[in-house]
Amino acid sequence: MADGERFDMSATKAKVVARDVSVFYGEKQALFDVDLEIGRNEVTALIGPSGCGKSTFLRCLNRMNDVIDGCRVVGSVKVDGTEILDDGIDAVQLRRRVGMVFQKPNPFPKSIYDNIAYGPRIHGLSRDKDDLDEMVQSSLEKAGLWGEVKERLQQPGTGLSGGQQQRLCIARAIAVRPDVILMDEPCSALDPIATAKIEELIDELRESFSIVIVTHSMQQAARVSQRTAFFHLGVLVEVGETERIFTNPVDERTQGYITGRFG
Amino acid sequence: MDEPVAPRGLQVTDAEAAHVRRRYRSERRFRLLGAGAIVMALTMLALLVTSIVSTGWSAFYQHSLKLEVYFDPAVIDPDGKRDPDTLRSANYTSLARAALKAEFPEVEGRRDIRALNGLLSNGVDIQLLKMVQADPEIIGQRLPVELIASDDVDSFLKGFIDRDEQESNRRVKDNEIAWLDALEAKDAVVAKFDALFWTSGDSREPELAGFWGAMVGSFLTLLVTLGLSFPIGILAAVYLEEFAPRNKFTDIIEVNINNLAAVPSIVFGLLGLAVFLNFFGLPRSAPLVGGMVLALMTLPTIIIASRAALKAVPPSIREAALGIGASKLQVVTHHVLPLAMPGVLTGTIIGMAQALGETAPLLMIGMVAFIVDVPGGITDPATVMPVQIYLWADSPERAFVARTSAGIMALLGFLVLMNALAVLLRKRFERRW
Ligand SMILES: Nc1ncnc2c1ncn2[C@@H]1O[C@H](COP(=O)(O)OP(=O)(O)O)[C@@H](O)[C@H]1O
Ligand SMILES: [Mg+2]
Repeated sequence: MADGERFDMSATKAKVVARDVSVFYGEKQALFDVDLEIGRNEVTALIGPSGCGKSTFLRCLNRMNDVIDGCRVVGSVKVDGTEILDDGIDAVQLRRRVGMVFQKPNPFPKSIYDNIAYGPRIHGLSRDKDDLDEMVQSSLEKAGLWGEVKERLQQPGTGLSGGQQQRLCIARAIAVRPDVILMDEPCSALDPIATAKIEELIDELRESFSIVIVTHSMQQAARVSQRTAFFHLGVLVEVGETERIFTNPVDERTQGYITGRFG
Repeated sequence: MDEPVAPRGLQVTDAEAAHVRRRYRSERRFRLLGAGAIVMALTMLALLVTSIVSTGWSAFYQHSLKLEVYFDPAVIDPDGKRDPDTLRSANYTSLARAALKAEFPEVEGRRDIRALNGLLSNGVDIQLLKMVQADPEIIGQRLPVELIASDDVDSFLKGFIDRDEQESNRRVKDNEIAWLDALEAKDAVVAKFDALFWTSGDSREPELAGFWGAMVGSFLTLLVTLGLSFPIGILAAVYLEEFAPRNKFTDIIEVNINNLAAVPSIVFGLLGLAVFLNFFGLPRSAPLVGGMVLALMTLPTIIIASRAALKAVPPSIREAALGIGASKLQVVTHHVLPLAMPGVLTGTIIGMAQALGETAPLLMIGMVAFIVDVPGGITDPATVMPVQIYLWADSPERAFVARTSAGIMALLGFLVLMNALAVLLRKRFERRW
């Protein structure tokens, strides 16, 4: 997708607009009428106690809920003004533009090179081998991993450390040049040093992508995000500038959560 | 096994100590039982193998009588035109008998001559025919030929017939023993590796009966089985596991596949008889139909094993691929199936090994017929290894006992080979993480 087209869409500042999104797992409703906007080139953090529907909401944005049997999503989600919950939208194409990084690092059991090259290959993004090599290198560079793996591109991605694996997964996600990157607790399986590296990386990636990150760590939300949304029992309670949410929450449930009274 | 003592400084009450002792006792008992079970299983296996090898080894060599055969032109080719038809229809048995008679000119009388001729196998005519066909130049020459001995003579020479037994109870009479002794004295009795067993088809004469026909039959049958059940099994497993919605209907299918795996194999034979032979009119006794019947039988095994292997692939891999925009089919073909391949292959080979040893369903579709020719294709009449073993075990001649055991050894050999292949394939595919 050309950059020009992207700018044309930027009439509003919001990259993704969710309206009245409700999600049902079978009979059980997990998300209630969520209205949320995701800003362009900024990091939005979703926080809230476990089981409140953060992951469920995140998965609405790239329609990963489609693959769960019995899961139903109603409402409207627009990416750059295009309704993505329509049946006519190809979820596979959507996921190229809205990438995802998961809680547990999940590199393919293939070489580091093939991990990155897989996305560009299946989407036909590269003209030739050199082009692909370049894409692999730039993706790894953006993910801050190039220096550590450039000598061992043909070795298995599963042989890297946990933090490196997660950065490999981020590199894999950005290799298909998405607009939005969704991250579901990307650091929860990592040690503090690896976590710090990823947080640094997220801050850098903000320049090129719009990022939504689910986190259970309020410090992390405070460190990396510009906007924060607080979920509770399937309801979006409050959303606003991160600083304001943490210093001056309006809702008392938010206050209770950030001061550690429940969670 | 020494009982571990409690770490120093740890106070243990009597009750606790007694409890710990009881725990160690029961553990020791359990280990003993386990070791006992293994010893028992190994003993059984050793017994089985010893009994088969001890009866079967003698089928791997064969006695012949080395005689000067005169390839008489008057008998083989009276008009000297070397016409293949004439050569084929000549009376070669008489040449062999003449050669034997030349060794014992003193034998007279129809009965004695018949007994003398009985030293040679009925297959010597084919033996000589093949020599002439291979090289017609030998017509008119006098050559030493190792003529196959009859099964009784072979058994006697192998020591299975006791010469001290009363003559009336003995399959080999006194005069025959005398002739054999005379031949042995002239070094005319030779024992050699029995190539016939590995190169020819079945025969009514044990000394001529070979396993090759059954081996080729098994190979062709399994080829058909593999060709049908492997792709169909994988497709069914992938569809059920990755694409089909979970509902009542697919539940019923799943239950039925599991039931099918437990259906007695003879039922598949009856089905094959009714559908493939009687309705579709496919040829009887053919590896094609045998393979189709065995494919029906192995399909559930392959489907169940493949589904288990697919299920074992971590969901995170699927999510990863979906997350960067792979389609469902790409997720399966690029990631899930390759990772499940070791399990799929193991299931397939287990299914094939079952099919290799299967007899009952093949009896129903006529693969139990007496077939002398080695099959040349999947529609030729054929038999398979286990059926051949069954046929030989059922034959009255003494020498078939050894053939039966030799056949079992060959069959077991193939099973071991297939299992080794399964391990090898597993290793190969697993090396790609
Ligand atoms: N696949 C599923 N099937 C049924 N219920 C689910 C499924 N995934 C999540 N849920 C339910 O939806 C609610 C929200 O879950 P989730 O979005 O995973 O919460 P969070 O990510 O905030 O911890 C929970 O009550 C959970 O039990
Ligand atoms: Mg979650």
